[in-house]
Amino acid sequence: MTDATLMTDAALGREAKRAAPRRPAFKIGASLGWLVPVLLLVAWQVSASTGALSSSILPNPLDVIKAAWRLTLSGELLSNVEVSAMRAFAGLIVGGGIGLAFAFANGLSRWSDGLTDTTLQMVRNVPHLALIPLVIVWFGIDEGAKLFLVALGVFFPIYLNTLHGIRAVDPQLVEMGRSYGMHSRTLFWRIILPGALPSIFVGLRFALGITWLTLIVAETIAAQSGIGYMAMQAREFMQLDVVVLAILIYAVLGKLADSSVRVLERLFLSWNPAYVQTGAR
Amino acid sequence: MSPVSTGLAVTARGLSKSFGDRAVLSNLDLHVPAGQFLAIVGRSGCGKSTLLRMLTGLDTPTSGSFWFGEARHAPLPKSDVRVMFQEPRLLPWARVAANVEVGLTGGDGLNAQARALDALSEVGLADRATQWPATLSGGQKQRVALARALVSRPKLLALDEPLGALDALTRIEMQGLIERVYLEQGFTAILVTHDVREALALADRVVMIENGAIALDVEVDLPRPRRRGAMETAALEERILSRLLQPAAAVAA
Repeated sequence: MTDATLMTDAALGREAKRAAPRRPAFKIGASLGWLVPVLLLVAWQVSASTGALSSSILPNPLDVIKAAWRLTLSGELLSNVEVSAMRAFAGLIVGGGIGLAFAFANGLSRWSDGLTDTTLQMVRNVPHLALIPLVIVWFGIDEGAKLFLVALGVFFPIYLNTLHGIRAVDPQLVEMGRSYGMHSRTLFWRIILPGALPSIFVGLRFALGITWLTLIVAETIAAQSGIGYMAMQAREFMQLDVVVLAILIYAVLGKLADSSVRVLERLFLSWNPAYVQTGAR
Repeated sequence: MSPVSTGLAVTARGLSKSFGDRAVLSNLDLHVPAGQFLAIVGRSGCGKSTLLRMLTGLDTPTSGSFWFGEARHAPLPKSDVRVMFQEPRLLPWARVAANVEVGLTGGDGLNAQARALDALSEVGLADRATQWPATLSGGQKQRVALARALVSRPKLLALDEPLGALDALTRIEMQGLIERVYLEQGFTAILVTHDVREALALADRVVMIENGAIALDVEVDLPRPRRRGAMETAALEERILSRLLQPAAAVAA
């Protein structure tokens, strides 16, 4: 859901700038956005406690909070969150690192591009979750299986967006750099990498979405720890409060990851007026 | 601090350039003495920018040769030659001062910050040193680009229609600025422009290119600073313009 809005960030930033004088009550607008979720939450609690909503369909919010408290005290929650976060992080680093390496190689060298791009584009069209049966045969339900799936899922958004970013670097700036005596290395660090950075961040945010998606599927199917495993265990004992808690924790982790990329964007892209604007949101 | 920079002479012999089977320049000879301010004018597509791009190493000639200074076949002294483009071409992710420091990458980068600030005050933008290029106006961006070109004290400054995209008033201001730094630093300047009046406001010599060759070569022996709309300038402008507007067929006949 956040992914869909990524590409229009720059446009939104500009729009917000133009619309600002007509909307002095911006603070009201921001808190207004929380009204619907809060109302929904209240409606959920009321219908659950009056019995209109059976607890075998959806537990009431208080039970979910109680489950969170119980699992926090037993240490189960924290260790599972830790395991899932580490899997996400490791997969992101491995898949993202390989994606970046291929993108830089193919963006900077025609030879490398000719050799590998066609193959990568073909592999890209295989849904990586379709490999789960094969991955279980290869890796069992080890960490290797999760790492492989997450890394594979993360690889393509990073690869494609970085490659696009490198190709979209203004050739006039590259020509200027050459004419001002920049060598290949200086050219890369001062012009090509900063020019590609906004696209790399777009890729990173797509990749984060895929990371959590992959992890949810992989952990519910083949795991012995992690949030997804916790949810599947709870399902067996009909602990719906824990299941809902697991879903909420995935949402929070995803949101946290996305927010940290926003912070990085604001830090590294502060030269770009579009990103300074989104800082207000 | 740095030694007084002097201009670098440029000589081209039999320079030709074709794109596919279309010849843009054919067998062109040109000598620009050290310290001269040369303006190259011509209709669009006549090859004036191509000539400048070859002299600054951005394009390679199909045949012919050119060299700098007196030593024939000396390699292009990259840090002595600076180009100012039609667009400012500032790095949007580098602050104004850092953009000026880009001008020092090819040569020595000693005291880069202090020298960048000096160059910025030369163009009157020292107070914008820490800002992003996105916050500057078009004219200010082009002044930063001029500071970047001048910070390494080049011996040859190539100007490829750098004022083409500016409004009339900013353009006049920039012309004054370019003339001032030219007189102070004594580099050789080659200005490509489609504006004959601009050529006459700045140059010691105006060369017109037509059909891939030099069709007109006029000395502009007028005192500086030149008054706008002076009689002598107007007469020269009329002469060059009427030559420019002549259909090529009539000349050939």
